Amino acid sequence: MTRPDPALLRMPDPREANRVVPPTGIAAWLTVFVSAAMAFLAVFALALLFATSRLAERWSDELARTATIRISAPSEQMAAQVAATLRVLDQTPGIAASRALDDAEQRKLLEPWFGPDLPIDTLPVPRLIEIVEDPEGFDAESLRLRLRAEAPGAILDDHTRWRRPLIAAAGRLRTLGWLALALIAGSLAAMVTLAASASLAANAKVIDVLRLIGARDSFVARAFTRRFTLRAMAGAAAGTLVGMIAVALVPRSAGSTAFLTDLAFRGAEWLAPLAIPLLAGFTAFWTTRIAALRRLRETR
Amino acid sequence: MSRAGPGHVVIALSDVSYSYGDRPLIAGLDLSLAQGSFHFLTGPSGSGKTTLLKLCYMELLPTHGAVSVFGTDAATLDRDGVARARQRIGIVHQDCQFIDHLTVSENVAMPLSVAGRDPERERENLAELLAWVGLSGHADARPPQLSGGERQRAALARAVIMSPDVILADEPTGNVDWEMSERLLMLLVQLHKMGKTILIATHDLALIRQAKGHLQARVLRLREGRLQSAGSDL
Ligand SMILES: Nc1ncnc2c1ncn2[C@@H]1O[C@H](COP(=O)(O)OP(=O)(O)O)[C@@H](O)[C@H]1O
Ligand SMILES: [Mg+2]
Repeated sequence: MTRPDPALLRMPDPREANRVVPPTGIAAWLTVFVSAAMAFLAVFALALLFATSRLAERWSDELARTATIRISAPSEQMAAQVAATLRVLDQTPGIAASRALDDAEQRKLLEPWFGPDLPIDTLPVPRLIEIVEDPEGFDAESLRLRLRAEAPGAILDDHTRWRRPLIAAAGRLRTLGWLALALIAGSLAAMVTLAASASLAANAKVIDVLRLIGARDSFVARAFTRRFTLRAMAGAAAGTLVGMIAVALVPRSAGSTAFLTDLAFRGAEWLAPLAIPLLAGFTAFWTTRIAALRRLRETR
Repeated sequence: MSRAGPGHVVIALSDVSYSYGDRPLIAGLDLSLAQGSFHFLTGPSGSGKTTLLKLCYMELLPTHGAVSVFGTDAATLDRDGVARARQRIGIVHQDCQFIDHLTVSENVAMPLSVAGRDPERERENLAELLAWVGLSGHADARPPQLSGGERQRAALARAVIMSPDVILADEPTGNVDWEMSERLLMLLVQLHKMGKTILIATHDLALIRQAKGHLQARVLRLREGRLQSAGSDL
């Protein structure tokens, strides 16, 4: 009996248990394609998260020093109206603090227009009261009504308050961003589960052979998880790359309130989408493993 | 799990019953395979030979009674425990069962991979083994391209590559001509001389008669769910 040349023998690769599962057509490409599509969407969801966070942060800063009340009154009534206004503000829910600006502060505000030597105490300059809202905010209309009754010279100036509902909207958008990411991960998991189940069913015989020759469940599972993990990662990497390019190509506008054109990554934020392929691989690994172990429990 | 020495019982079935549905196929059966023994399991088709082997390699658990493999009750083994026990049992399945897209050499070497051994270091052994079963020229073939006898020999090679303590062969000469079945028998006889414990299920009485010339084999006949010892006088 002649012996084959040992050097020419094809050997199973112990580290590549995945050769054990034949390369399958459609499920494999579906995994790559869906991973790419999901990663592409995930890039936009991430960009949305960052954009809304930036927006909410910036506007909240502006909101923190929000409203002012301007009191114009004959000088003999001024002190009384300021006091009345402060009393009203004290009793108004939603106001964290209120304070009348002193002469020095007022002078500083007017300095750009009138120079440093403005005799503020002799001029009929309105008094300013600064209001700091608490997070719930106050009801501007009812405050106006009360002020009209108790300090007719007081005018509530809340020009930045219109942004409050927008901040709430930004918060809601951020929640939607997270929800979108969760749904994307869930869809990927569902699709990989389907593809892995199809592959497990198609390779029932391979699984039986492996068990027959003493393969542990982890060995059999690895044959499937390696494939699906690598496919999902490759697809997601491509999808992420295309998504990042697409985000980079969104036209910029200089305006700080132009939310739509702010859908972008800034600086270190560009690193965040790089996690998408890893998370896709992680998702594919665990869904495939769970599907494989569940399938294996049906045999002994 | 203990390392079985000569004379130790490697696989023992005590008062084992098994039924697929309502009808009991195996009822109150006792069997013990001592280390180094050679048994034929015979009986008409459908008498439960394959089922009995599956009980031995723990693909099935008895509906009643106990199967002990290497001194451990099969019912107490978890799935990894079953896998480890099977790495010490060479199984020749009735339908051979290969991974069809891999080559014969990869299939034969697969148990090494499965057991976490590096197949690279076993090239010499694999070449030797393929020559021994007469498949030198078919190392790169895919299993579906092999003839019945070649498949049986490839299955036997895979069953012994881990140098297992026990070999369970289900109809190893199933669809094989006379000359080939003699050759397969001689391979099994050689394994027996190396001290392996061997159980061969077959309905091929000619094979059993022929084996008598080479070794002391016990012949068990499965009938109506029980084993009858046919001695060695067939
Ligand atoms: N998975 C199964 N489910 C139901 N019945 C089975 C199954 N496997 C085998 N049988 C039945 O059990 C009987 C014995 O089968 P088997 O052990 O293969 O016998 P043998 O190997 O001696 O021909 C047969 O009647 C067969 O139809
Ligand atoms: Mg059978």
